[in-house]
Amino acid sequence: MSLYRDRGVVLRSYKLGEADRIVVLLTPEHGKVRAVAKGVRRPKSKIGGRLEPLSHVELLLWGGKELDIVRQAELAEPWHFLRRDLVHLSRGMAMAEAAEQVAQEGEPAEALYVMLVKALRTLDERPGPLVVASFYWKLLALDGAGPVLGSCANCGASPPAVSLVAFDIAQGGALCRACRRGEPLSPAAHELVSWILGGSLARALEVPASSTTAEVAHLATVSLEAHLEKHLRTARALEPA
Amino acid sequence: MYATPVQELIDELGRLPGIGPKSAQRIAFHILKSPAEDAARLANAVNAAKTRVTWCRRCFNFAETDPSADDGTGVECDICSNPRRDPSVLCVVEEPRHVVAIEKSGWFKGRYHVLMGALSPIDGIFAEQLRIKELLARIEAEGVSEVILCTDPDQEGSATAMYLVREFKHLPVKLKVTKVAVGLPVGSELEFADELTLTMALEDRREVS
Ligand SMILES: [Zn+2]
Ligand SMILES: [Zn+2]
Repeated sequence: MSLYRDRGVVLRSYKLGEADRIVVLLTPEHGKVRAVAKGVRRPKSKIGGRLEPLSHVELLLWGGKELDIVRQAELAEPWHFLRRDLVHLSRGMAMAEAAEQVAQEGEPAEALYVMLVKALRTLDERPGPLVVASFYWKLLALDGAGPVLGSCANCGASPPAVSLVAFDIAQGGALCRACRRGEPLSPAAHELVSWILGGSLARALEVPASSTTAEVAHLATVSLEAHLEKHLRTARALEPA
Repeated sequence: MYATPVQELIDELGRLPGIGPKSAQRIAFHILKSPAEDAARLANAVNAAKTRVTWCRRCFNFAETDPSADDGTGVECDICSNPRRDPSVLCVVEEPRHVVAIEKSGWFKGRYHVLMGALSPIDGIFAEQLRIKELLARIEAEGVSEVILCTDPDQEGSATAMYLVREFKHLPVKLKVTKVAVGLPVGSELEFADELTLTMALEDRREVS
């Protein structure tokens, strides 16, 4: 049991007792951390709003037996727009929920932490329709489940000999007409996913909303859900109908 | 570990919010050591509250059951049934205890609407779980002209407020929607405020001259 420092993103927070909260943090050095923030629900708490979900903070923590304790929290970078719009806020929460599923307690999570911070920054500065989907695709890749896109994940045949017309993460990625199962895959969506995972993320993030971005987002959600074997509750909630 | 009735008492207490297993044990032993009439009073209070208190059919605040006033459609709370309260202004809160907090301030003269929680999809709390449909139905039916959103200034509370703003836009009535300001606690010093509170306080600034 000792004091330690780390940075972190608040993934979620639960009310505890009269005035405390339990916060779940994603930190680069300590992975997922569950810590008690004492008195943060009182108006005069020194930590105050800094530990609200999605906050990016510098932390001083006390390592406890079951739960750690937040001793200090300073804002590492402020979000300007993230919390002012219901859609942005829900998208941020959707990424936090997915990150919480992938991160492990006590296992460093540098790459995941950097990915989440970058994604939140994008959402705050220039939110496009594919911020969450890109994060999900990258998360799949980071978790060792990056899809095969250049050839059929089942038979190995590649374009132009076959066209890739379906997608199933359980099969490993894109599928040709003969092996098709899972979700239909349009050529435009196939290209966009290839951009996201193939080094052209910035370009993908500039793409305006269309039926293709909706398809890519849908594929990302069902693929991540299948990989995690878990329903992502925030992924579709609160988006305008 | 303990005789069955003792263990049952500990288990029941442990189900209460904010009571861990250790506290449950401590409270159970306290009850067992106290005189029988004390324990009976506690049991009666729990029973009476449960049988005599219900939800207001209008605003979902606590209301006392009154068989003589209940025509089968439920009863109204003291605030809704008070003719001096202004029915054209509604204050929307998450929990009945927030009604109590605002009532203590003595400032508000309108009626309330208790949502029974706040949106938190990650915890499985969606709009359907809250009294949002009932709130929207009240606006036109009761001739409400202003709604004050008084949800908690945390992530769930502000998501709920933003969600309601979106829903109000679909209503066919002219409605003034205001949101309680987020600001610096009275009696505190500026330098102790966190950046988020300070930013929101600056955004919520108002003209004074
Ligand atoms: Zn194939
Ligand atoms: Zn009432």
